[in-house]
Amino acid sequence: MLNHEHIIRRLTEKFGSSISFEEPYGFLTVTAPAADNLKVLQFLYDDEELKFRFLTDLTGVHYPDRIGEELSVVYHLHNLVDNVRLRLKIYVPSTQPDVFTATQLFPGANWMERETYDFFGFNFIGHPDLRRILNADEMDYFPMRKEYTLEDPQRTDKDDEMFGR
Amino acid sequence: MADNNIKSMLPETSETTNGRHHIKLSEDSLAKQTTTLNLGPTHPATHGVFQNILEVDGERILRTDPTIGYIHRAFEKIAERRPYYQVTPLTDRLNYCSAAINNIGWHLTVEKLVGIQTPKRVDYLRVIIMELARIADHLVCNSVIGVDTGALTGFTYVFQYREKIYDIWEEVCGSRLTTNIGRFGGFERNFNQAAWDKLDDFMRTFPRAFEEFQILLDRNRIFMERCMGAGPITAEKALSYSVTGPNLRAAGVDYDVRVANPYSSYEDFDFKIPVGTTGDVYDRYMVRNTEIWESYSIIQQAIEKIKDLDPSIYHADVPEFYLPEKKDVYTKMESLIYHFKIVMGETNILPGEVYHAVEGGNGELGYYLISDGGRSPYRLHFRRPCFIYYQIYPEIIKGGLLSDAVVTLSSLNVIAGELDA
Repeated sequence: MLNHEHIIRRLTEKFGSSISFEEPYGFLTVTAPAADNLKVLQFLYDDEELKFRFLTDLTGVHYPDRIGEELSVVYHLHNLVDNVRLRLKIYVPSTQPDVFTATQLFPGANWMERETYDFFGFNFIGHPDLRRILNADEMDYFPMRKEYTLEDPQRTDKDDEMFGR
Repeated sequence: MADNNIKSMLPETSETTNGRHHIKLSEDSLAKQTTTLNLGPTHPATHGVFQNILEVDGERILRTDPTIGYIHRAFEKIAERRPYYQVTPLTDRLNYCSAAINNIGWHLTVEKLVGIQTPKRVDYLRVIIMELARIADHLVCNSVIGVDTGALTGFTYVFQYREKIYDIWEEVCGSRLTTNIGRFGGFERNFNQAAWDKLDDFMRTFPRAFEEFQILLDRNRIFMERCMGAGPITAEKALSYSVTGPNLRAAGVDYDVRVANPYSSYEDFDFKIPVGTTGDVYDRYMVRNTEIWESYSIIQQAIEKIKDLDPSIYHADVPEFYLPEKKDVYTKMESLIYHFKIVMGETNILPGEVYHAVEGGNGELGYYLISDGGRSPYRLHFRRPCFIYYQIYPEIIKGGLLSDAVVTLSSLNVIAGELDA
């Protein structure tokens, strides 16, 4: 049976110290350098023991406070044979959010990457059809980034000092 | 009509001599052998807001270009501004055919984040609600496949039972379609006698009606001819496109979140995961039908199991997160304090990162939640099964007939709310 120690060992053998591991709430989370995302995904896919061949989810997160690595792409992978899940995270700067596309490996990543592009502005290099998907085509910003507040920041009639963020 | 207006409507290559217009079509227009057809955004056959621009050769579909996002409501962004308990009504509006599963899935996610253990009775009550939602969802899908193939009768047989499910929900939470059912830690109130009576009535009368529905369609030659071989998905393709739920199982892969990662005590129940072989419309229809029977059996088991448990328990004892009953808020100091803290978003939710998945009506419904310790989620992402598997649609209808495309769409059970979030 595939366990977390074994996955960590296999990945460390292959990629050395460039990747790091966490286990929040028992969910193995791997952080890799952005340039290696495809290599890690390919290794996880091809390896006879790991077999992470199901892409559950792909999404983005914006951390404006992490200077130089503001944007993150999060992959959720699933090994359906041994029923183990894994999360892969990569970080890129918001000034140059270039990420290699996973569509060659997982055709289902197509729309997920389009959605992530649509909301965060990642440039998925090699994506066959990188267009907006849910928002209007003529939109010129990426709304899920934290600088776009949900409420008008000019509002003065509401005092959030005591309660709220 | 003014002369200029007519001119503006003619192709640019047209000429006008002595006040007469000579229409000249562009060079390639006569050579074009195919027709471009716009299906949607609102079309009675699509049951929702879907636009597909089809390139057809006669009745055969050559190419499809789907446009989505017509009812995008930015739930992920809105959730970043709301306290946790106010996100529940947003989840209602994802897959509105089985809103209760979405609500409970969200509650389970937050319970995982803050570490709430729910009592067994709460788990079983939730299982009853979720399986009723699954039945309602599958009933809509399957009866609508019937409607799209021209068999309206089956629809009228079973839709009454969807109403009965809504009646049960109404007793439990007060609303029918967008349920907003439950709270973190359990339910807002215990099931009353009327709810149990209505559930009992449903359990008594539903099998006969559903059997009748199956007699109408399952072995109906016309229905079979329309459905078999239409829009097939192979297991390999389904997996590579991250398809989940009944559509994946119809292709022959026995993946079900209820079994793979049991939540809400699903491990206590005995049920089967039906699988198909070819992944065509008929297989998807049959898988959903079988799942309805399995859900029915799960509800029966849950009703039996609940009889041995303390009937007064309907929520976990977590005053910090569980919104107290209104009458306690007015009479008890402690409840008033907790009510105030929860409503003002002052509960202590620690930073963390969780992914929780439930088996929704259409597949793996996942919640990826990042908390930074604030009053609302730092980031919340819904893994919406519809959104992910709808991208396979252009591929599976290619080369098929236009009428097959319509049944294929209804058999995939794409729900616009979940598609567009």
